[in-house]
Amino acid sequence: MADKTYYDPKDLRKFGKITEWSEELGTKFFDYYGKVFEEGALSAREKSLIALAVSHVVKCPYCIDAYTKDGLQRGITKEEMMEAVHAGAAIESGATLVHGVQMMNKYDKLSM
Amino acid sequence: MQTTSLKKQKKELADAKRQLEILSNGIFNNNELPTFATKIKAVGQFPLRPKKLEILQINLGYMCNQVCEHCHVDAGPDRKEIMTKETLQQCLEVIKNTPATTLDLTGGAPEMNPHFRWFVEEASKLGIKDFIVRSNLTIIRANKKYYDLPDFFKKYHIHVVSSMPHWTRGKTDQQRGKGVFDKSIKALQELNLVGYGMPGSPLKLDLVYNPSGAFLPGNQDSMEKEFKNALMEDFGIQFHQLFAITNLPIARFLDYLIASDNYEDYMYSLVEAFNASTLENVMCTNTLSVSWDGYLYDCDFNQMLKLKVASKLKHISEYNEEVLQNRNIIVSQHCYGCTAGAGSSCQGTVA
Repeated sequence: MADKTYYDPKDLRKFGKITEWSEELGTKFFDYYGKVFEEGALSAREKSLIALAVSHVVKCPYCIDAYTKDGLQRGITKEEMMEAVHAGAAIESGATLVHGVQMMNKYDKLSM
Repeated sequence: MQTTSLKKQKKELADAKRQLEILSNGIFNNNELPTFATKIKAVGQFPLRPKKLEILQINLGYMCNQVCEHCHVDAGPDRKEIMTKETLQQCLEVIKNTPATTLDLTGGAPEMNPHFRWFVEEASKLGIKDFIVRSNLTIIRANKKYYDLPDFFKKYHIHVVSSMPHWTRGKTDQQRGKGVFDKSIKALQELNLVGYGMPGSPLKLDLVYNPSGAFLPGNQDSMEKEFKNALMEDFGIQFHQLFAITNLPIARFLDYLIASDNYEDYMYSLVEAFNASTLENVMCTNTLSVSWDGYLYDCDFNQMLKLKVASKLKHISEYNEEVLQNRNIIVSQHCYGCTAGAGSSCQGTVA
């Protein structure tokens, strides 16, 4: 039986092909994407680390592959990469935990 | 970490023909990716032709005190191919008359050729403008007989170009072997001590960075700043330029790419990063490479793939620049390594 999986690492190479089914939107997206990661008020290196953290938060395996490699190319160390991942993870767990306040509020409201 | 060459291990990839087969089959033979020739045809640059000869690069032998994971030469202590005095003499005859302005000595560890010092002395008398020795640094600390190399280099105004894959111990030793980082640092400090690499010093010391893995080098200028800051801060070391060099998919690096299941992704990265403007200055257009046994090649990589120049003259003993320069450069898929991004050559980026 052929392997069936929603994610295939080789699909990342085909990302550019999304333009084939909608050239205008695809092109606009890639232009925008390219522009976002250029040197700006933030360095391209800083943006690469942000992208790596977000990749983990949105749990995108393609993005994780892409920005781990991008980091290596930029000479970003594994310690820096892991700290970025923790920054993302901390926000994500904080986002869960801060809802605990809602739970506490509701608990208190419903309780005599 | 490997301790012997692919050749010594009798590995399949020690064979140049097998490497070329791999580079021509698979993804390059099923229309997934264009061959290099097809790619440069599309931008009107096929066949690639030499321009003015500027650099004569001589490989003094494949023997080396190190066995680096990425080595395109498959060099190591077990390699016995060493240029003889007779062939060196033939090189001197050519250097006498060539308009090339740069003489580039490489290996292996060129310093391990027993005639190295004699050759440098003779060649320097011929007044070449830029005289490069590609030193792996650790050779300076490998044996007492090499301890005075910094002074020797200084005496002949040799331009020293040295490999240094990272400013951290871990990444350097991972690629080049245990203890290489500490020895390299010591060697750099000694070179600094005699004046190499100091700001404004005519004693040129450049470093070569190449990625320690299946990824392309980052921006050369940014890497240079990071290297300079880190080496200065941690060890008080100074150097002039950093050359960021892409690992070409041949020999040990190809072996690594295949064994680690990175080959296809790496080739995709190289092809996607193809930059036609690099073709103006790729090193095969201004360099001739001479092997330890005196044969001529378009570059050091073609030398390792045993692709001799496409000319009726193939040996240094029959050297005639006019005839040699009228040739087509031989290309295969490894050439994508020199045309990716800002390009790559023994002098760093080219675009």
